[in-house]
Amino acid sequence: MAIHCVVEKIFYGSFLAVRDSNVPIQKGKITGFIGPSGCGKSTVLRSLNRMNDMINGFRLEGQVHFMGQDVYAKQVDPVIVRRFIGMVFQQPNPFSMSIYDNVAFGLRLNRYKGNLDEKVEYALRRAALWDEVKDKLKASGLSLSGGQQQRLCIARAVATEPTVLLMDEPCSALDPIATRRIEELMLELKEEYTIAMVTHNMQQATRVADITAFFAVDISKGGRTGYLVEMGETKQIFEAPQEQLTKEYIRGEFS
Amino acid sequence: MPLFSVLYMLIVKGGARLSTELFTELPPAGFEMGGGFGNAILGTLVMVGLASLVSIPIGILAAIYLAELSPMSKVASTTRFLAKVLTGFPSILAGVFVYAAVVLAMGSYSAIAGGISLAVLMLPTVILTAEEAMKMVPRKMKDAALGMGCTRTQMIWKVVLPTGLPGILTGVMLAVARVAGESAPLLFTALFSNYWLNSVREPTASLSILIYNFSSMPFENQIELAWAASLVLVLIVLVFNILSRLIGRPRT
Repeated sequence: MAIHCVVEKIFYGSFLAVRDSNVPIQKGKITGFIGPSGCGKSTVLRSLNRMNDMINGFRLEGQVHFMGQDVYAKQVDPVIVRRFIGMVFQQPNPFSMSIYDNVAFGLRLNRYKGNLDEKVEYALRRAALWDEVKDKLKASGLSLSGGQQQRLCIARAVATEPTVLLMDEPCSALDPIATRRIEELMLELKEEYTIAMVTHNMQQATRVADITAFFAVDISKGGRTGYLVEMGETKQIFEAPQEQLTKEYIRGEFS
Repeated sequence: MPLFSVLYMLIVKGGARLSTELFTELPPAGFEMGGGFGNAILGTLVMVGLASLVSIPIGILAAIYLAELSPMSKVASTTRFLAKVLTGFPSILAGVFVYAAVVLAMGSYSAIAGGISLAVLMLPTVILTAEEAMKMVPRKMKDAALGMGCTRTQMIWKVVLPTGLPGILTGVMLAVARVAGESAPLLFTALFSNYWLNSVREPTASLSILIYNFSSMPFENQIELAWAASLVLVLIVLVFNILSRLIGRPRT
């Protein structure tokens, strides 16, 4: 187990955003989070490395166990957590600096002592971007196409060798060809990294995720509270779901 | 129209006297012929430099506070309001303020006092444009920095400032261009001098005051020099404006 996440409740101010979601993230596997919009899947994902801390009023009841520690314990520095749990965002977001500097950013941040050039090349190869950019490492990261930018962001995240990679709808801003490349990349990356991914696209979950977690929205008490409905092997979730709600969602009866 | 007619007059009347001795010689006395205003050019550049040294660090730190640290706080909205009021502040009052605060305390007119009065005028422009430039840095880039494990300080120094730098420099250049031509705040602070600058604690010459002094003199030679000085001043301001455009141009 890479991360054991027990969410009892997540609040934004007085608004209950997510409840009762225990999401174990298994080592060396890709865990996909699916569900209708507003179901809290991104919120849960971003809670894993404390990216929600910046949002005013965010409060989590529960624990996120990672490397034998509760990530939300008082003595834990969120900055350290984020160095071990990397993140790739929905929109490609390279810094406005050169391709090389983008990838070297995290290494320099951690005062990496070894050979920077080698590490940058390694990370770019890992992100299947090296051949396309090896002759223009000095060019701005923003000059690349959307799909290349997203792979650059993946290279930037893997350069520091985090244990876990969180991906928040990494392909939703990309065209089908670029999406395909990122998916292939994820399948390669899972040999070394544990990946947790939010996706809007059920086909994508079936293509890449080993384990799928299905979230839904509970509007019964007047609010809109997300919760985990069902989690299991992707095959089982899509072919033999236990819950009626999952069945309906997968058949496309609501979205 | 007024702009072009002024430029035309400047080029015709000022251009006639343009020569290297303008830049190397001291202003002539009453009936002397020739001469230049090298000391005034130097004085203007030194005072603008001093003003930049004071206003740029303070302005950027204030802008970091406004844009990143606490954009919603009462202090921030008050500062923003005051900065906006100060952009329209009559420049002569900046001179009066510095006269009371610096000149009287130091006991002498000086380049330092002149520089400070120009800094007072630059500061609001620097603060507001730098804040705007930092706000233009996309949220997603800041998220990326935090996601990489940056602290907030590292995020500001390594991502927000470098990304916003062209915009910040544009603001600085515009502020410099604005104060380079100011004469009113220098009247009470730097005064004027007919000699080369040898200490920033002494009265200092500047182009704008030289123009003001010479244009009202009854001597043909001085009036010609005033025209030439005007042309040089306009060129200096123009250079800063062009620099601000060049720096602010989006890079591809």
